[in-house]
Amino acid sequence: MGTFHHDKHQLHGITVVVETHGPRVFVGRCDDIDETGVILLDADMHESADGGASKQEYLRRAAQFGIWKKHDRVVVPRHEVACVTPLGDLPTD
Amino acid sequence: MPYDPRLVQPMREELTQIGVQELRTPAEVDAFMAQKSGTAMIVVNSVCGCAAGQARPGVRLALQSAVKPDRVATVFAGQDLDATARAREYFSQFPPSSPSIAIFKDGEVAHFVPRHFIEGRDALHLANALVETFNKHCTPAAAK
Repeated sequence: MGTFHHDKHQLHGITVVVETHGPRVFVGRCDDIDETGVILLDADMHESADGGASKQEYLRRAAQFGIWKKHDRVVVPRHEVACVTPLGDLPTD
Repeated sequence: MPYDPRLVQPMREELTQIGVQELRTPAEVDAFMAQKSGTAMIVVNSVCGCAAGQARPGVRLALQSAVKPDRVATVFAGQDLDATARAREYFSQFPPSSPSIAIFKDGEVAHFVPRHFIEGRDALHLANALVETFNKHCTPAAAK
């Protein structure tokens, strides 16, 4: 799906949503998925408890327009990861 | 750090060979955007293989449509840094990503295609989406 980097996960280069078992959700460009977790580049993180937009609203906006990068690189630990979905697969309405 | 210009040149030419105007300085971007009337499209090109490798042929296919923007230009992210930054000022309400595509009508952004709409899909998918947008916002050449 991603690219010609055979040493990387198939989602390498794809902008993904990483949902966690907790209140945090991450969106960023997947660099790799390995035994440590999901490695994201140019990533943003939303936490439902922070009083801002709800997770659903945050993801709806992200799916429409993309995200404003807040972190160059983030590793979401494997045990926290609930699911990984390409951002482009999310509905925009 | 920008890539070797020799590596990037074919990626530039993939668009310029079909008449897309390349904007390499902020002044060139401003001059392109100074014309407000009609429709315009700016393609933010990039080296990225998984997205730009489909974006360029997608744009090429879409521009074969009878209905298309009056003017089409491109900046190259990661290469022509100042020109790309200036171009993004014209669609600053959208998070920067590359490749991406902005379509303007009378100087205002009418549609924006971020990178994540392109990556993981083939060129035909992007072309069809662009043609749908052209049909919505652009005037057929015969009607001008």
